[in-house]
Formats: sequence, C-alpha cells, structure tokens
Amino acid sequence: MNGDHHVILRVVAKALIPIIALFGFYVHFHGEYSPGGGFQAGVILAVSIILYSLIFGIAPTMRAVTPGFARAVAAFGFLLYTGVGVVALIRGGNFLDYDALIRDEPGGHLGQHVGIIVIELGVLFAVAGSMVTIFYAFAGRVSEIRDEDW
Amino acid sequence: MIEMLSSLVPDTVAAHAPALLVVVPMITAPIAAMMPNGRIAWFLSLLATAASLLMAVVILSQVRSIEGGAVLSYAMGGWAPPAGIEFRIDGLNAMVLLLVSIIGFLATIFSWPSVKAEIRDAKIAMFYSAYLVCFTGLCGVASTGDAFNLFVFLEISSIATYVLVALGAGQDRRALPAASHYLLLGTIGASLFVVGVGFLYAATGTLNMAELSVMLPQIPNNKAVMAGYAFIVVGLGIKAAMFPLHQWLPNAYAYSPSFVTTFLAATATKVAIYALVRFLFTVFGLEFVFEGSTLIWVLMPMGIAGMVACSFQAVFQTDVRRTLAYSSVAQVGYMLLGISLATAAGVSAGLFHLFNHAIIKGALFMALAGMVLSHQGTSLNDCRGMGRTAPWTMTAFAISGLSLIGVPLTAGFQSKFALVSALLDSGWWWGALIVVFTSVLAVIYMGRILEAVFFKAPVNPNKRRKEAPLMILIPLWILAISNIWIGVQSDFVFGLARDAAAMLILGGPQ
Repeated sequence: MNGDHHVILRVVAKALIPIIALFGFYVHFHGEYSPGGGFQAGVILAVSIILYSLIFGIAPTMRAVTPGFARAVAAFGFLLYTGVGVVALIRGGNFLDYDALIRDEPGGHLGQHVGIIVIELGVLFAVAGSMVTIFYAFAGRVSEIRDEDW
Repeated sequence: MIEMLSSLVPDTVAAHAPALLVVVPMITAPIAAMMPNGRIAWFLSLLATAASLLMAVVILSQVRSIEGGAVLSYAMGGWAPPAGIEFRIDGLNAMVLLLVSIIGFLATIFSWPSVKAEIRDAKIAMFYSAYLVCFTGLCGVASTGDAFNLFVFLEISSIATYVLVALGAGQDRRALPAASHYLLLGTIGASLFVVGVGFLYAATGTLNMAELSVMLPQIPNNKAVMAGYAFIVVGLGIKAAMFPLHQWLPNAYAYSPSFVTTFLAATATKVAIYALVRFLFTVFGLEFVFEGSTLIWVLMPMGIAGMVACSFQAVFQTDVRRTLAYSSVAQVGYMLLGISLATAAGVSAGLFHLFNHAIIKGALFMALAGMVLSHQGTSLNDCRGMGRTAPWTMTAFAISGLSLIGVPLTAGFQSKFALVSALLDSGWWWGALIVVFTSVLAVIYMGRILEAVFFKAPVNPNKRRKEAPLMILIPLWILAISNIWIGVQSDFVFGLARDAAAMLILGGPQ
C-alpha cells in the first residue's frame, strides 16, 4: 500500500464505508414501508466490507473481520430466523406464527411487526456473513501452481 | 410398534409433528456449524435425525389413524391455505418421510468413522451442518403442499448436496468436476421446474397443490399449463436421474465421500421421484397426464431405456461405486416403468421398489464405505478376497446384492414380482420380459463383484482380518436384515405403497 496514486481511493473509501454500512441498516429497517429488506441490506453491509478489502488489501480485512467470525454471523442469522419460528411454536402458535410472539389486544399487530423485523434481521446476518465468506473463499485462495512453474 | 412410539410423544408436540420434522434438523444445522469439535456436531446430527425419525413415526400413525388414510394439513405461520404455505401430508408423504428419516438416522450413526477418515478435522463440523441442511431440504420436499415451497426445499437440499459432493476432493480431486457438473445440471433442472411452476401460477393464480389440482381440470387445453407440465417433468426428471438426464449421477456418486454417496443414493433421487409422482397424479391428475397418453410415450420408453442401457453400462465398470451408480439409474427406470402404467398395481409396485431400492443401495454403499476405510479403494481389484478379510461386512453386502438382483426371500424380489404382476395385469408381457432380462444383467454385474469378493484370493494374503468398525456394522446389518424382513414379510412396506397408490389413483379422502 505504498504509492500515492491510491490516495484518492483510500480517502474516498474511508469516507464512504461507514455511510454504506449505515445505508444497509436503513434499507433493513425501512424495508417494512418501502422496497428493501434483509437480503438487500445484508448485501449492502457485505459490500462495505468487500470494498474495504479491495482498497486496503485482503489481509487487514481478515484481521478486522475474521473468516470464522463471518461464518458465525451467517450461522447466527439462520439461527435467529429459525429461532423466531421455534419461539412462536413454544408460545402456542404454529411455526413462524408472529402473532403468537407477543400477545396484545385483539386486532393488534405488534407481534407481526416485531416478528418480521427480527426474521429479516436474521436474513441480514445470514446474507452478510455468507457474502463475506464467499468473497474470502475466492480472494483468499492461494494459487496451487506457482507463477514460475507455468 | 408405531403406536407405542407415537404414544410416547405428548399431544402438543404431536400436533406440530409435520413442522418439527423439518424444523429440528433445520435449527440444529447452524448450531452444528458453530461447534468447535466435529464429534459434537456429529452427536447433534444424530439427535436431530432421531427426532425427525420419531416425528415421521408420529405422522405415520396419525395418517393411518382412520380408514383410508387421513390427510394432515399444517398452516405455516398460522396463515390458512391456500394463501399461506401449507404442509400437507397423506399416505404417500408419510411413506417417503419415513424412508428419508430412517435412512438419515442410520446413515448418521454410521457416518462418524467414515467422515473422520475422509474429511479434514477442521471441516467436520461444517460438513455435518451441510448434511443437516440437505436432510432438512429432502424432508421439506416430502412434506410441503405448496409448489413453490417445494422448489425452495429442492434447492436447499441440492445446494447442500453440491457442497457435500465437492468435499470428496480431499480423497480424490475428480470430486470437483463431478460436483460442478452436478451443480450445472441440477441448477438447470431446478430452473426448468420453477419455470413450470411459474406457468401454472400464471394460468391459475395459485401455488397450493391441492387448489391447483382443483383448478387445472377447469381450464382444459390451456397452452400455458401444457408448457408448465413439460417444464416440470423435465426439471424433476433431471433431479431424479431419469434416463437420459442422468449424466451427473455416476461421477457424483463415485467421487463424493462414502457417507455422502450412501445418503444420496438412498434418498435424493427417491425424493425427486416422489415430487414427480406428486405432480403427475395429484396436481395434474390422471385425465390430464394420461388421456393424451403422453406419459406412456415419455416415461415408459425412458424407464425401459434406462433399465437396459444403464444395466449394460454397469456391467462394464471397473469401479464398484460406478457399477452401483449406473445400477441406481437402472433402478430409477423400474420405478418409472411402474409409475407409467398408471394403474393402482403399477404405481404401488413403483413406490414399493422405491422404498426397497433405498434400503438396498443404502446397505451396499455402507458396506463399500467400510471397505474404503480398511482397504482404501473401491475398484474390482481392491475387492478381491474381501469376503475372507471382512466376512461380516461382505456378508451384509452380499445379502443386499442378492436383493438388488431380485433373489427370492429378499426385498428386491418382492418389488420386482409386484412390478411384473402389474405389467402382466396391464397386458404388457414384453415389459415383464424386459424386467427379467435386466435382472439377468444385474446378476452379471453383481456377480462380477461377488465373485471377486468371495472367490478370488486376497490382494495381500498376509493381511489380517480387517472388519469395518462396529458403528458401520450395526446400521449396515439393520439394513441387510430389513432386506430379508421385507422379503419374507412384505405386508408393512407394501401396505404403505398400496395405500399411497390407491389414494393417488382412486382419490382418497380430501
């Protein structure tokens, strides 16, 4: 990372990455009322990490977001989604019956609001974790044949 | 025994059995992925598949609780069908679910020694996670009553399968091209299927299978429905390895880890055939599918061609796993032949063979996995003298091999006999002759293997007895003995197949 001709890239990326991550969460939480949701938000969040690694290199990125952590996030997202379904089961509803999550007065839809936000959060984690894991799997690959041997 | 087991389950749990069957392995998968130690992940998989098996037994007893078979309906998320996604379970689903969960449970017991030897330690936890996802997907396909949801579960199981096949690369690098070949064809199959479902949705405005079956007869001669029908048959045909769409199968079975081959050979194509049967008989219905006799001109020639061509190919293989893989495609042909008769006897023979073949191939590949563990190879040469060095493993192998041929007193005989009588009933005596002819081919290809195993001198005569570990032998012998049990006392399994077929052909209670 020497050479000053990358300075603009680095400065702009540093400014953009937090905004991209924030926009990811905006897409998630606003997904209830406008186009968006967990999948898109997860991709945008993963893009902020991938952009970092494109500008600053794969090694520092892997130190910041370790491959194990990325995998754990993906698994946690899946667990969160299924977990909401199981909680609904335990509370006496059918699988993924959000109304069973929170009992409020008849006609209320609090359970539906909470349920959809939480399962979409699960999707966000699962997608972001998987995207970063897939990116690491490709970018972190060491070539099996050395360049001199070609 | 079924009633005894299901009476152990509390009513509140039993009410949710259709969902729990799929949910338990689904929620165990991410937990297994995060386990630091492969052995814990294996143990979790064992618990999850055992829970699924118990739920399958509960479901079976619920379905059989009334005369003619009950239909269980479970509304996901509390949204009533047809708007919401429905799990709809009748006699056919219950049979397939029982099959998948029995094989899943036995395969999980057997997997540990085999997986430990073939997969790198760091990857074992992830391996079991992928296996549980695959198991979830297969159970989901076999229980859902929603056409699009079926596609989703089919993809869940397929994507996990590609990963599992590719993990054979630790043993043999040819697993990687095999997996990518499987991925390409499998994705094409799934895409064709979903295009077909899209056509049906465009024509009817519903995705619920029960409602589709009511609405499709109301719009006869609809071009979109016909196109959708063609897409669905071809798409599921690829997944089920229907000849000539089977090219992905031999390599995928030959180079994936032994455990994966065992599990896939016994379940994956069976579930795809279930889906095909479900669409042909329930969604489209007999009138649509058979009136123009399309099925007789497509399914039956493909089934017969697969039986003959792939049995011949099996004869000329030098690797035992490839022999068995080609034999699997041939056996798919038997099932399709039975189904294409479109009579209650034919369909029940096809379904009966589906169940038996899963048990036969499960046992054969399990014995081979034991052989890979102790002898590191599966070519015909590696087999020589195995009957002397590993008598217990190879006796179970021989029993299942005889069952594959169709020797009396084995499961294979019962289902082939049912198939031949169904063919004769419909007046297709030449079809019965072809079944006998391909059974002779099976004698040749299994005979070559059994000859090498029992009558050739061992490769290394100094080698001491090297039996497969007990954890392989126990599930292997359970499957081998059930081959004989079905051969002697076929009432239970054949009864399941007959009930399912009667419901499909004659129309059970709605």
